[in-house]
Amino acid sequence: MNELLEGSQAVAEAVRLCKPGVISAYPITPQTHIVEELASIIADGKLNAQFVNVESEHSAASVVLGSVATGVRSFTATSSQGLLLMAEVVFNIAGMRLPVIMTCANRAISAPLNIWNDHQDAITVRDSGWVQMHAENIQEAIDLHIQAYRIGEAPKIMLPVMVNMDGFILTHGLEVVDMPTQEQVDSFLPAYTPLYKLDVENPLTLGPLVDPDYYMEARFAVSETHKDVLKLIPLIQAEFQRTFGRSSGGLIEAYRLDDAQKVIVAMGSVCGTTKDVIDSLRSKGKKVGLLKIVTYRPFPIDAIYQALKDIPKVAVLEKAVSIGSYSPLLSEIRSIFSGKKKSPVISGFVIGLGGRDITIDSIKEVYKRLGPKPISEEYIDLKPELLEETI
Amino acid sequence: MAQENGHLFSSGHTACAGCGQAIAARLVVDVTGKNTIIANNTGCLEVFSTKYPESAWGVPWIHSLFENAAAVASGIEAALKFLGQKEKTTVICQAGDGGTADIGLQALSGMWERGHDILSICYDNEAYMNTGVQRSGLTPFETSTSTTPVGKQSLGNPRPKKPMPEIAVAHGVAYVATASSGYPQDIQKKIKKAISIKGPKYIQIHVPCPLGWRHDSELTYDIAKLAVETGLYPLIEYENGKLTAVRKLSKIKPVEEYLKFQGRFKHIINSPEQIKQIQAIADYNIERYGLRPEPVNPSAPQPVNTQTKV
Repeated sequence: MNELLEGSQAVAEAVRLCKPGVISAYPITPQTHIVEELASIIADGKLNAQFVNVESEHSAASVVLGSVATGVRSFTATSSQGLLLMAEVVFNIAGMRLPVIMTCANRAISAPLNIWNDHQDAITVRDSGWVQMHAENIQEAIDLHIQAYRIGEAPKIMLPVMVNMDGFILTHGLEVVDMPTQEQVDSFLPAYTPLYKLDVENPLTLGPLVDPDYYMEARFAVSETHKDVLKLIPLIQAEFQRTFGRSSGGLIEAYRLDDAQKVIVAMGSVCGTTKDVIDSLRSKGKKVGLLKIVTYRPFPIDAIYQALKDIPKVAVLEKAVSIGSYSPLLSEIRSIFSGKKKSPVISGFVIGLGGRDITIDSIKEVYKRLGPKPISEEYIDLKPELLEETI
Repeated sequence: MAQENGHLFSSGHTACAGCGQAIAARLVVDVTGKNTIIANNTGCLEVFSTKYPESAWGVPWIHSLFENAAAVASGIEAALKFLGQKEKTTVICQAGDGGTADIGLQALSGMWERGHDILSICYDNEAYMNTGVQRSGLTPFETSTSTTPVGKQSLGNPRPKKPMPEIAVAHGVAYVATASSGYPQDIQKKIKKAISIKGPKYIQIHVPCPLGWRHDSELTYDIAKLAVETGLYPLIEYENGKLTAVRKLSKIKPVEEYLKFQGRFKHIINSPEQIKQIQAIADYNIERYGLRPEPVNPSAPQPVNTQTKV
């Protein structure tokens, strides 16, 4: 059914359709609307679930760790400082192979304090072992949450999934969306049947001390499973399309890449703006395109290679930095082409940090700057006059 | 899983000889029985009982991190409620003194305030033993530890123990008790009572650590008893905020009797001035909790130094 919904409301409704038994969260802007809405849904008796109001994000993540370990599908959401506070638990959940599903309403990291969107939060925990997916719009955010439970809870996967959606831009934006029916979701997403759980009839020890004889294999196993996730996600995407009648999710999305000379690589809502710019430039004969990264972890190396290998110029557009080095996505895209015979000229641009508005002109500027030589780490829409003031 | 000797915490783990915590942990789970799920903070108990691929536990047991067992236990309890299995299952969250009174206090406070039906146990060996005897919030006054060493300018830990039982009481925890590995039957009686009560419960068990306290390993039981008999570790019970029971001391022993066996107090044992200060802590406890055999005098004078309590 098509309806006009705020992004947070829409995600809460999608989560309701997935029937989690335990929800725990701590308020943080701009995630708050999601769990407020879920609290209302439970208060109105529209979802049978335990809602645990905790005293910090560290505990929010720990509560869902405990509930999933007890065999109950669970949900939490966070953002920015909250994700960093729970970072220790984030790594722990992945290492314990517990399919927790969490929304991250992406937001900048302090200092300076800033509540607006960028991707520094999710990028900072990229090595934890979580599957990380990025939504371009509210519809995709809905769809990715439903897919996330299928991916994380698959018996051969058993890993947590973080669904990233740009703070405010998507969480507080309004969009006409097609909300799936309960029947559709039920037919796509079976009840959670854990491979292992805390059960008095079959007492297991979870989270033991592991010495150097065993630790490497545990990390290796998570890494190997990420290869299985790469194989599973396209299958889930196809099945989702059969059930719900639209394509959503997947590893990457190629937008007007055929014959493209200049291609932007990006994640999240900026892809929507970029598509508009592409349509406009294409109408003027410019051969431009977009490669949207939907799945950031596992990083779809082969799919990206295939999509970009014949493109002359690539611009990696990024809402995060790795201070003291090149930005994470730029480094990773370049590493794909290391030692390969065919490689685009790959440039990197930092954009939209701390919610700096990304306009049509910002995107046009990126295409304009792409020349014969690679550019590393140029900032778009930087205000030089502010830097002088600071100095 | 069939457990050795019928215990749900079996032998063969790697605890030190004379470990008070290992003794207490077994007593606890023997009472709560097979329908128990335990969330355990990082610490000695976790390390010596679950070194992969072995485990001493005959009940479902989970360790996540140092400070979050209370939150993990909250999630377990919420999940059991969702499954309709809470009534038949005891959920325990357990930790050492650092995991309880320091790094884990926030999660514990949240768990208590939310009123989860969970029994929290603090195995109090009065320092961070797992990492090499560093001072915790439950380290006693003038204890020598690796981070409160004795020196020209230092007599050891400068602060008294954090009053965790009273902190629990202030949260409205329905049942709060202290216990000691020197009194095994008393531990079991209190665990039994705790699990008969719905809601949050807190039991703090004094567990000697031969390594950190620097005493002979065969003295664990005697030293634990001496802590109680001197008044330094009063055995008390609070129900619904009221002090309802104390273990009376038929013969109160001077604190030297307890201190003299332990290397952590070696620097003060020959110093009458320091002994006097430790004795004052014991005397305060004796008066405050009415540990003498005679009835409590409600008009008993309050101690001068209010910092040196419990």
